[in-house]
Amino acid sequence: MEAVCENIFSTLAPCLTSSGWDPSLAQFVSILLGVLLITTFPLLLALLLIWAERKVAARVQDRLGPNRVGPFGLLQNIADALKLITKEDITPAGADRIVYNMAPVIAVLSVILIWAVVPFTSTNIGADLDIGVLYFVAISSIGTLAIMMAGWSSNNKYALLGSFRVVAQLVSYEVPMVLALLVPVMIAGTMSMQGLAVHQLGMWFIFTAPVSAIIFYVSNLAETGRAPFDLIEAESELVAGYNIEYSGMKFGLFMVNEFIHAFTANALFTVLFLGAWAGPFATEVPILGFVYFMVKTALLYVPSLILRATVPRVRIDQMMAFNWKFLVPVSVVNVLVIALALKIAQGLGLTPENATDFVSNIPQTIVLLIANLVVVVFALTLVRGSVRKERLMTSGKRAEPAAGDAEQKALAATVAGH
Amino acid sequence: MSPLQEFAPIAVLLIIAVLVAIIISIISRLFGPYKPTSRKVSPYESGMKPIGSASRRYSIRFYLVAVLFILFDIEVVFFLPWAVVFRDMGLYALAAMGVFTLVLTIGLIYEWKVGALEWE
Repeated sequence: MEAVCENIFSTLAPCLTSSGWDPSLAQFVSILLGVLLITTFPLLLALLLIWAERKVAARVQDRLGPNRVGPFGLLQNIADALKLITKEDITPAGADRIVYNMAPVIAVLSVILIWAVVPFTSTNIGADLDIGVLYFVAISSIGTLAIMMAGWSSNNKYALLGSFRVVAQLVSYEVPMVLALLVPVMIAGTMSMQGLAVHQLGMWFIFTAPVSAIIFYVSNLAETGRAPFDLIEAESELVAGYNIEYSGMKFGLFMVNEFIHAFTANALFTVLFLGAWAGPFATEVPILGFVYFMVKTALLYVPSLILRATVPRVRIDQMMAFNWKFLVPVSVVNVLVIALALKIAQGLGLTPENATDFVSNIPQTIVLLIANLVVVVFALTLVRGSVRKERLMTSGKRAEPAAGDAEQKALAATVAGH
Repeated sequence: MSPLQEFAPIAVLLIIAVLVAIIISIISRLFGPYKPTSRKVSPYESGMKPIGSASRRYSIRFYLVAVLFILFDIEVVFFLPWAVVFRDMGLYALAAMGVFTLVLTIGLIYEWKVGALEWE
């Protein structure tokens, strides 16, 4: 019994069974406890994330940030949540009540459900689905639906305009995001999250596929509405965007959704490119894996905070052009070139027999890095073409006033002639 | 484990998450004041009286983006299973996917040249 109960986090069900519980009941209790943990963890995390965001933004702008409530202002968000709870809950006149009230629930649902497939440690995962990556893509698209519902049902022009923009942004950036996460799936040959993590014990995929990692990070910034793609919160032109009419805890749910979504996207980056829980002694001591996982995700999260405080927002036409004219072509070429390189490596017999061994991964990594260089060259040609076009356009604009002057002179001459 | 049993934790998570989200969203109705007036519930339009209905026609560009997205999303759906079994298949798999992508890329280039991607 002691051996079964050694790791309470992963072997609760057999542990309870061995102490005399009914097996199916023990299974159910262990699932229920795990689920409660997975549900509360992101919601509590959101409080910390909002604090970190305010603190980092304050430091960049040479301010102190929250520092009154609790040590280092850590309890500020609990006070803010209490304030939101005591606010009046308003449904605007003419709103579609059912859709309006469902939208924040679905928004939060779309981020909490993703945490079911996040591999926290080598043994702890909500459900290790064979289609983990597909599940992530499918569930995170539901968030787009919630934003559309919120904007449409509010009966507010700002909300509707904001949601149109946001949905156009989110659906567009989903294409390069999914194409970028195809590359780790291709190298590992599995869509299971735990499988991806195990495959990276030898070599993290950020070293074998850096271009996909960059594409995934950038399109994730857009997908989660972070700066410089934060058109979701274009307060200078749309007041607040899709959630303008929401008040009280319903607004709080949208805010929580936004912050957890950003963190979840970085967690997924960690799983796909940084080996999830991989690190020294992570397989022997699972709880260490959790620490590594969180540290890696937090290290990815901080740059996005600094970006938000420093980079100006892009225009919507720039954003769409960047996606369809640059990211999508590059990511399509990236997938095909990496596929070709993998086939070449396979043909030369360079595929590592043991993926968890560092040394046997090196030959394949070198082949894939050369393929990545090819993709970078393609991307640079694409950029050069568009820059040249832009230069031609601006020089054309500069020539225009001169032509207008000539016309005006001609007109003045004819007037004078009469 | 049967395939459906694998999804059991997700089903439980779905139920719990829905419950938690609904409780949070009605919590301010329980603890906050609730005295709606006609001024208070009118949609916000920078402090002015709202003019007309909010459900109006929208720009055709959003429609074009949506159609483009559907095309590429279908491509991605075909890509995912291909990526999983890619290693066990021969060069034929690569060639087939290359042709498939080529057709879509020609579509993207056409849309680019026609000017559907411009937001001017």
